[in-house]
Amino acid sequence: MNVIVEREKGPLQELEARIAALRERETGDSSDLRDLEEKYRILLADLFGNLTPWERVNMARHPKRPFAGDYVDALDQFDELHGDRHLRDDRALVGGLAKLRGRRVVVLAQQKGRDTKENIRRNFGMVSPEGYRKAKRLMEFASRFGLPIVTFVDTSGADPGIASEEHAQSEAIASCLVALSKVGVPVVATIVGEGGSGGALAIALADRVIMAENAVYSVASPEGCAAILWGDAARAPEAAERLKLTSADLIGFGIVDRAIEEPLGGAHRDAPAFVARVLDAIDQELRVLEPRKSNELRDARYEKFRRIGAWENESRARLATALT
Amino acid sequence: MAIPDWLRRLRDRDVSAEDAALWTKCPSCGEMLYRKDLEANLSVCTKCNHHFRMSAYDRINTLVDGDFVEIGMEFLPGDPLGWVDKRSYPEKLEADRLKSNLTEAVVTGFATLDGFPVALGVMDFSFRGGTMGTVVGERITNLLEEARKRKLPCIVFTASGGARMEEGMLALMQMAKTTQAVERFMSDGNLFVTVLTDPTTGGVSASFAFQSDLIVGEARASIGFAGRRVIEQTLRQKLPDNFQTAEFLLEKGHIDMVVTRAELRATLVRLLDYAVDRKRVAPALKAVPEFAL
Repeated sequence: MNVIVEREKGPLQELEARIAALRERETGDSSDLRDLEEKYRILLADLFGNLTPWERVNMARHPKRPFAGDYVDALDQFDELHGDRHLRDDRALVGGLAKLRGRRVVVLAQQKGRDTKENIRRNFGMVSPEGYRKAKRLMEFASRFGLPIVTFVDTSGADPGIASEEHAQSEAIASCLVALSKVGVPVVATIVGEGGSGGALAIALADRVIMAENAVYSVASPEGCAAILWGDAARAPEAAERLKLTSADLIGFGIVDRAIEEPLGGAHRDAPAFVARVLDAIDQELRVLEPRKSNELRDARYEKFRRIGAWENESRARLATALT
Repeated sequence: MAIPDWLRRLRDRDVSAEDAALWTKCPSCGEMLYRKDLEANLSVCTKCNHHFRMSAYDRINTLVDGDFVEIGMEFLPGDPLGWVDKRSYPEKLEADRLKSNLTEAVVTGFATLDGFPVALGVMDFSFRGGTMGTVVGERITNLLEEARKRKLPCIVFTASGGARMEEGMLALMQMAKTTQAVERFMSDGNLFVTVLTDPTTGGVSASFAFQSDLIVGEARASIGFAGRRVIEQTLRQKLPDNFQTAEFLLEKGHIDMVVTRAELRATLVRLLDYAVDRKRVAPALKAVPEFAL
């Protein structure tokens, strides 16, 4: 059960229906409509104005939330490239060549499904080794041809199945990380929904990390963390609180560079405008990175992650300077 | 003949604390092993060849020629998230410090192996399950950077339950940090060897453990990405016994070799001998001021 979806039912839905009905009646009294819209805004602020970390986890998992594919669809153009050249094409990780605000890029996107059928096809957005190997080959391609890499992260985590273990999930993720360390082109990663652990990081070792305001990015899913530490996945809301997985927390730690504000009530309330804002932000970041030489990019990327290691005083001081 | 319960209870009660310290029961075959025999046999069961988990310093003692110059001790854990559950994170760290005599889950330093100077990192499962937090990430990165400066080969023994929950995303980012250090180290033409010991999973497995030139699995070690329990719970089915063992990974083609503990040191020396010019690396340790050669 998604706590945000539950909260959207009842009074909010009723108000939405009434506003829609009034709008249809072109002859209606416009002050009535304004009153209702005002009520609606107040109710929205009431319901979603101050989300807890667990509520943000649910927002990040909202079934109507713009998925990675919605961002890819909003690009100028996109040609999908398939397969890992060994075993199969993993539909949980979409990759290809694209144009973003006029420039050529390589895109990697973790894709969930909107319904059961698509979710089975997409493996619920959980990427298998084949998906990471496809990603790795496209990263290397991007580096050879000087194309920036743009990634969209939305996964509860890498696939934990038997086949994934047999096909060396660890090695596949580890190799993606190495590939991103090596590339001499700009890398911009955007956490659009769930950033689940190593499976997310595999395509997010980036020069700039952007995060949708209500996205979450964590070392383990709250359920996984609660199960590991307390043997009780039901304590996920508590784990979400402790894990410091919100965009505001991660900007504070210097792990995320920039958050994109969402409409009140979540990105799905005005998806096309939100998607455009995210693409604008990626465009801005790329414009800053593009003039830099390969070595400069690699060295800066090294330093960016090198200083994340809050072993007390020294790194705190370094973090403080980095944030100013 | 089965021992009656009442007799077993009586017998177990009669085992004094002193006896318990002298004897260890093999969890695999049930044999009672005299602790000194066990230690002399590199903590491997003399009856069934079960490999007990080893502490980092015991492991180092079985490998190095003489001195081990430890580095990275100045990197000590903090509490970046202010984590509290049943106990606070600093309390958990303190308990593990006392239990394991370690300041963190990895020990790093310089030594020689049959005359080969090496940078050596050894993880220890008894400190927070060998999990990688900021200090493990920092010590491994520091080890690789120091080895790179001196053009030394680097050997890391992994033993880890994955990323450390109590340090949240700062822990996850250590995968990125160590990866970049590995990449720089290896791009310079230095040899990186990992020895995967029981257990090697999660964030460590999906970063430096599987990024090396040569990957050695210690016999019977459990190695994988997702923990066995997680997979069983997700799939609601029991996994075969050999799933995620070093032997299973060898068969699947994920690691170069499986080596018993008894053969480990000699094997590592042979690998060094193939890839490293003994004469070229010999002067390297002189750059370590504390190292008495």
